[in-house]
Amino acid sequence: MDEANRSALNEFWVNLKSVPSQIYRAMFRGGAPVSDRTRSSFVFGNVFLHLHSVRTHLWSLRWTATMGLGIITTAAFLITLVTGVLLMFYYKPYPDVAYQSIKDIHFIVPTGRFMRNIHRWAANVMVVAVLLHMARAFYTASYRKPREFNWFIGWGLLVTTLALSFTGYLLPWDQLAYWAITIGANIAQSPREITDAMGITEFFDIGGLQREVLLGSDKVGEESLIRFYLLHVMILPLVLAMLMAVHFWRIRKDGGLAKPVDVDDRVKADAEEHYPVFTEEPQKTYQLAAVVKGRTPAVGSGPENTVPSMPHLFYAELGVLMFTTLICIVLAFVSDAPLKELANPLVPENPAKAPWYFLGLQEIVAFSAFMGGIGIPMLCWIGLGLIPFLDKETEGTGEWFGGPGGAKLVGWSMIYGFATSIAVEAVAIRFGWLREWFPDIPQLVITLVNPGTVITVLYAGFSIWALRRFNSTRAGALALFTCFLCGFIVLTVIGTYFRGPNWEFFWSPADWNAH
Amino acid sequence: MTTKPTEKRSRFEPEPMPRRDFLGLAALASMAAAFFVSMFGMLKLPKAAVSASPSKKYSVALPDALPEGEAFVPPGRSVAVFRDGEGVFAISTVCTHLGCIVKPNANGFECPCHGSGFSKDGAVTKGPAPKPLPWLKVSKGGSGFVIDEEATVKTGTKV
Ligand code: HEM
Ligand code: FES
Repeated sequence: MDEANRSALNEFWVNLKSVPSQIYRAMFRGGAPVSDRTRSSFVFGNVFLHLHSVRTHLWSLRWTATMGLGIITTAAFLITLVTGVLLMFYYKPYPDVAYQSIKDIHFIVPTGRFMRNIHRWAANVMVVAVLLHMARAFYTASYRKPREFNWFIGWGLLVTTLALSFTGYLLPWDQLAYWAITIGANIAQSPREITDAMGITEFFDIGGLQREVLLGSDKVGEESLIRFYLLHVMILPLVLAMLMAVHFWRIRKDGGLAKPVDVDDRVKADAEEHYPVFTEEPQKTYQLAAVVKGRTPAVGSGPENTVPSMPHLFYAELGVLMFTTLICIVLAFVSDAPLKELANPLVPENPAKAPWYFLGLQEIVAFSAFMGGIGIPMLCWIGLGLIPFLDKETEGTGEWFGGPGGAKLVGWSMIYGFATSIAVEAVAIRFGWLREWFPDIPQLVITLVNPGTVITVLYAGFSIWALRRFNSTRAGALALFTCFLCGFIVLTVIGTYFRGPNWEFFWSPADWNAH
Repeated sequence: MTTKPTEKRSRFEPEPMPRRDFLGLAALASMAAAFFVSMFGMLKLPKAAVSASPSKKYSVALPDALPEGEAFVPPGRSVAVFRDGEGVFAISTVCTHLGCIVKPNANGFECPCHGSGFSKDGAVTKGPAPKPLPWLKVSKGGSGFVIDEEATVKTGTKV
């Protein structure tokens, strides 16, 4: 008994001494990722990493394949998450108090201003990156079967990202925030432009309902602030995180990123330079035929032209994360997040500008609230979502500007897209629009015919021309997408730099005061 | 659904689920019912029954020396009150475009947000506003006039 006692004590002592190494082994169960087997278990043994596939195709690792844009978006989101939680320590979502708390964060809280700046910049980086990422997925024709569903998820991610930015815009409760949200909420109400014209607003006031549910009141006030706060710090981030998990998982399940059919002939030469392609002959094969669609896994030989995700993919992702962090930090040092005077519901900020990515819309809203704020954005949004179902050709998948027409068509579409939107805007700015020419014109005519709709029709016409000229739905899509992208850029630039007080045209912000 | 005993099925495609499994269907139906009823309740929640804003009916004391054509703005309100030879009238200063507050100027009103212009009686002269500025109900009462922002009257009604 004495002996047994001593050995248990001994064992305890030995266990205690080896606790650190045991914890290490418990955490890194698979051992160091040095062989195919341990590299694989490194990935699928970890709930976060296993959203990735264990091996990555060399084609997808070339930086021109994705330009890292999806990862930049993810990284920017993570940065806003961390800095956002920190800001929540001090932020108080109540009118006027909110403004004071942002002021405290900006001027008193240690590192507060820095965190606020990073948060603001990372949010902007995220919006830019998500737009570019979408353009990448489009131009490389990566939305096609079997990736239609993931394009769909991405489509949801786009709106959620924009909604996150927009709800965050109100939180400082300064003049900029208050009037941007007032305008935004009234855009939600603008279906009244149509229901009024039809005389049915009394019975069917969808616009009024949307606005009321968004604001929780009949004007932007405490109810609205708490709603926007709830959406911004809780509902939308949760939705975004869930959609992101599905988005990543789908990439894996869809067989990695989209690749040209003849990809294996194209990247073969590179394989030698990558270490290690295979360190072990696969020893087992699995009967997966009932579970996996498509080609059965190769037996007795490994998949070709793939390399282990650890380290090749993960180190690349880490690099992109650090690069994004660096960008946000540098921007945060260079430029402070704005904070105007306390919100004043009686005196609008002049000019009252929405966040920059909505200024393109604000530019067309300045002709018709409904068309600019709801009609055309909805059309673009629905059109975007339907792309994979309307273009089901296979030529050019996985290649930049792949498909009939190719880069040349995109070039011409750019010229056309820029030229028409600039021309229509120039006419509207120089000569005014219908109301200035025919003062008694009914509102419905202006709702239907305004710079926004004219540009849309011109773009649609061009797209149909391209579709028929190349006899290809992909060519039509390339033309339309490119045109809208150019229109978005032109309108955003005009709204941002060339519109001043009273939304009048100015060649430079320096002239604003002369007014 | 039952399968004919003669029919040969693959190991990977077993017999279809018995659709008439009563308990399963009942569970499913109760879940669907609970889901829709609770959704209905939850969707009702965000729309407040009573709006949390201050009263829209208030009295104003017009200054005796208000020159004709000059706007009097009751403190904290988005309304312009005028007096002329025919009486007193009130015009809302909330732009009918997207809700900015319009400023009285020499010709009527102008909106700083997207440049809508209105004449002195609120009619749209310029810009994107879809409707004229509404005239609000004014009545004599108390020590002066009572304005009701919720009741609009025909353009040109003066008291
Ligand atoms: C918060 C927003 C988003 C995040 C974080 C995100 C993230 C990612 C990541 C990390 C990838 C892997 C490839 C890459 O890095 O480019 C990817 C692929 C993809 N994304 Fe997104 N994405 C977002 C929004 C979108 C949007 C708006 C769309 C389009 C409507 C979209 C469509 C796709 C498609 C189709 C793929 C597969 C591309 C291929 O197979 O080559 N995503 N996304
Ligand atoms: S809100 Fe007055 S012009 Fe837009």
